Amino acid sequence: MVDTVTRRIRVEHTMGTAISIDLRDPDVDPASIEAAFDWLRQVDARFSPYKPASEISRLGRGELILDECHAEVAAVLSLCEDLRRATHGVFNAWACRPDGRLDPSGVVKGWAVERAARQLEQAGARNFCINAGGDIIARGRPQPGRDWRIGIRHPRDASALAAVLDVTNLAIATSGNYERGGHIVNARTGMPSEELLSMTVAGPSLTMADAYATVGFAMGNAAVAWVAGRPGYSPYAVTREGRVQYTDTFAALLASADRD
Amino acid sequence: MVPTRAAVAIVATAIAVVLLFSFKTPAQARPRTPAADVSQASPTPNASPSPSDSSAPTPTPSPAGPTYKDGQYTGQDILTEFGDVQVKVTISAGRITDVQSLLLPFDRRRSAEISQYAAPRLHDEVLQVQSAQIDSLSGATYTSDAYAQSVQSALDQAHG
Repeated sequence: MVDTVTRRIRVEHTMGTAISIDLRDPDVDPASIEAAFDWLRQVDARFSPYKPASEISRLGRGELILDECHAEVAAVLSLCEDLRRATHGVFNAWACRPDGRLDPSGVVKGWAVERAARQLEQAGARNFCINAGGDIIARGRPQPGRDWRIGIRHPRDASALAAVLDVTNLAIATSGNYERGGHIVNARTGMPSEELLSMTVAGPSLTMADAYATVGFAMGNAAVAWVAGRPGYSPYAVTREGRVQYTDTFAALLASADRD
Repeated sequence: MVPTRAAVAIVATAIAVVLLFSFKTPAQARPRTPAADVSQASPTPNASPSPSDSSAPTPTPSPAGPTYKDGQYTGQDILTEFGDVQVKVTISAGRITDVQSLLLPFDRRRSAEISQYAAPRLHDEVLQVQSAQIDSLSGATYTSDAYAQSVQSALDQAHG
């Protein structure tokens, strides 16, 4: 059988990760993909805590006050504040780095990619998948008659998948330490989390799925019940003991061959 | 608002706890289902009921993903915070049959660790993802991102 669906895939390195846009609508102007990457690069320049000249870095050093920053900075910091409250301080953009510098990265990537998806939709795109370092927005279908098939990386074995999902119009984010070492810190304890090997969250918004996955990973074993209490979001956690925990709402996303 | 409150109140969602299984398929076999051979990833005892007992291979209606032109393709040289990553991809009979690392970070201690431990696993991952016929992978990391990016740029050439 020949795959007759038009695939246009672009991969670029920005925001500290590889971001791919896989567009399946043949009649959408490819310039819309360029425009989406322009936006993501712009976000990176403004929000990266690793770039000394970014507004976030300058704000963190006290060289700028919030009123002098772009309005998007206030919008993102307000999202961070909402999340800090919702998690009782487990996520805290003002206290998640060892050096105490401001780091809203737990929110920025999901937020930026979601805006990029909206931009593509405004250009007429209906069927596309954006993958930003393993955090995914899947819209429409890859081809008529089937959903997007998303693998979730096995946290102990990079050559294997822990689960396979069939999804449409959904965001999926996974947090884990993998080979990078403990870089997700519970801001309440200041310690990297060790109870989970990986935490996946699926739901309508990538901003929230990404934030819940990051927070859930830092939270540890309590995370699945916590995410299950967020309406619309479905958790899937792999514990250090090699168990998986997930809700019935997540089970409904599993590709048919994986189901009970 | 009442509906929101009600929604929050009834999220007494059932949570399943099961052992983690990994879905491995032989790379050269072109299977049609990601769960053709289910192997247990962890020997942890006292499991709850296994989710995979009845995972008989189910035919998937989707076609076998994109096919590529045979040959060897050199991917982009991707700069990461640990060093350069570049791969060469071999295509035969329209499928990825090998991924060779041309450049991997070696200069610092951390880089050497990544090259030694991560590279063979990333190599397997590319072949695995192809064989599982998934469209996208959740849970990648920085180093594997660069690897994937170089592989992707090689595949873009193989599309012809």
